[in-house]
Amino acid sequence: MTVPAPRVSTTQFDTNELVINMGPQHPSTHGVLRVVLRLDGERVLDADCVIGYIHRGVEKLCENRDWTHIVLLTDRMDYVAAATNNLGYVEAVEKLMQIEVPRRARYLRTVLAELQRIASHCLWLGTHAMDIGAMTVLLYAFRERELVLDLFEEFCGARLTYNSMRVGGLPLDVPPGWDRKVRSFCDLMEGKLDDYETLLTNNRIWLKRTRDVGVISAEEAIGLGLCGPPLRGSGVSRDLRKDEPNAAYEEFDFDIPLGTRGDTYDRYLIRMEEFRQSIRIVRQALDGLPEGPIMGKVPRLLKPPAGETYHAIESPKGELGYFLVSDGKSTNPYRFRVRPPSFCNLQGLKRLVRGHLVADVVALIGTIDIVLGEVDR
Amino acid sequence: MTDDTKPGADAPGEAGGAVSEPAAGPAPDPPAAADAAPPKAAPPKPEPAAAARPKSEPAPPAKPAAAEAARQAPTAASAKPAAPEKPAKPAAAAKPAAAAKPRPKPKPKPPPEPPKGPPDPPPPEGMESPAAVAAVQEALPDAIEALSYWVGDWTLIVRRERLLDVLELLKTHEAAAFDYCSDVTATDWPPRERRFDLIYCLYSTRLRHRVRVKVRVGEDDAVESVTGLWPAANWLEREVFDQFGVNIVNHPDRRRILMPDEWQGHPQRKDYPLEGPGELLMENPQDWLRVRNLPDEAGTDREPGPDTEIE
Repeated sequence: MTVPAPRVSTTQFDTNELVINMGPQHPSTHGVLRVVLRLDGERVLDADCVIGYIHRGVEKLCENRDWTHIVLLTDRMDYVAAATNNLGYVEAVEKLMQIEVPRRARYLRTVLAELQRIASHCLWLGTHAMDIGAMTVLLYAFRERELVLDLFEEFCGARLTYNSMRVGGLPLDVPPGWDRKVRSFCDLMEGKLDDYETLLTNNRIWLKRTRDVGVISAEEAIGLGLCGPPLRGSGVSRDLRKDEPNAAYEEFDFDIPLGTRGDTYDRYLIRMEEFRQSIRIVRQALDGLPEGPIMGKVPRLLKPPAGETYHAIESPKGELGYFLVSDGKSTNPYRFRVRPPSFCNLQGLKRLVRGHLVADVVALIGTIDIVLGEVDR
Repeated sequence: MTDDTKPGADAPGEAGGAVSEPAAGPAPDPPAAADAAPPKAAPPKPEPAAAARPKSEPAPPAKPAAAEAARQAPTAASAKPAAPEKPAKPAAAAKPAAAAKPRPKPKPKPPPEPPKGPPDPPPPEGMESPAAVAAVQEALPDAIEALSYWVGDWTLIVRRERLLDVLELLKTHEAAAFDYCSDVTATDWPPRERRFDLIYCLYSTRLRHRVRVKVRVGEDDAVESVTGLWPAANWLEREVFDQFGVNIVNHPDRRRILMPDEWQGHPQRKDYPLEGPGELLMENPQDWLRVRNLPDEAGTDREPGPDTEIE
């Protein structure tokens, strides 16, 4: 081996491309995501995501289950936002069967979905901040998330996989006094949000780590199929709660926060604002909560007429779509397809990380807010 | 139980006939008892020997046995799922006359007669198609095979050769402007000649409307990738390729995505079984698939299939 002559220049370092594996056992990949990074020194030239480590074949499983049994399997996809998964599925079946859902059930579903959004965003905020180095926020955010889980526990007995909805309505009405607890949680959460923002929004380190990191233009974001906060961060006004209102969203006032620069900081601000908008929706829904039944007229054995449909809702991560095909004969769906928002957003990671530092990859995985249970299904 | 499973593991090798015996039905108890008795005596003999030998001799007799088992693995595999049941059932059936109990199980098989294809109901009479659909109808009338409307969703069923033309028009046309590709997925209808439905769910961020485009493709038909129009389709098409084995061509990065790269078979196909291969056959799933499908073709009654098991 020949030893190269020592170089005098300090600006021109001769670097070789280096390929490294990030994950699958890496704490900041939020599960078992493996990113193969091609590096030039500290810069990322290219990234390739390797997924499928927890692929369980949920779609195949669902095609061999009753329409009613599937609700429980949808919990296991985005397991930090189980209620919105339930909501998307039951609404898709209701659309296929043209079932009318009682108004009270639609209101309660909205409350549950928005509480779930708060819980999911809490988890995102905590982990995202910790990835970047703000340890305190994790502890605070998880503390508040716990309160939401308590509310869910009181409603349906579970803390993570709720199985909280049924085709045609809800399995249970809320326990007496529950709405009061939700209201007091909303009051408390508003104060806590200010605390989080004090810690982060004007924090110089936070700004340096997130401003102009992972900038993506609106056209590119649309082309790449980004959805949810990453898409809105680029200034595209697309929120299915407004565009294709489901549950009872068309009856409430709320705003869709939009970003201007399309960077990580904008996506952070958007989610922080979504917390507040969710609280606003929850309050309106509780104020106007109608009396009445919680289950519509649904046959005991679901057998939708032959046909197919695609129904999408705005989950905390983005557009969660269900494509269902019924053959009209069996009690199982012939085809069950989930359009997972995390999967589609993760696809954009390759584009986002290009040219950034390795440390930014961690921030960018955090900013797209993935749950591997949903990516791999 | 442990006694029962041992003969079960050994038996299929020696007793190829034993596999067909449960089909004979009327007398499952005596043969099973007869089977169980001799092997019970038989396997313990080699086993203590095998257990004793490894210390002194490196186990030359054990090796041939393993090799035999490996050679017969394909055939044994079909018997294996049945084998543990065989001893279990007679044991349970010995006291009550429950021999008839396993019989009704094949009954659910006839009802799930595979559907021929999606109904794709045409739009009701007098219903006006939306501007986007009308635009395609006007510009490319020959490209459309059919039009479907169901529970508020419009679907364009398009000829495979003209797929890209239609999609490009949908993306660029003023009245359509489908700039966002929500989803690409497929549906498998095995009896049909062009067995796959490839489905593109499109959305317009400007006009906020949706449409689905569907194309019917056979197993070997090439489908042009739409990544040129919507980069979003990259992973979605990879998933379709991975899960269904649809031959998508001109894709920038056509690899499996959810399954391991070396995986054989396409799990979302309707003829792919629900349960996974055992650990033994993990290494050669192709063989396992073939073997798994053999009894079905022969028409013999096997262990209950995935559909019946659930109930």
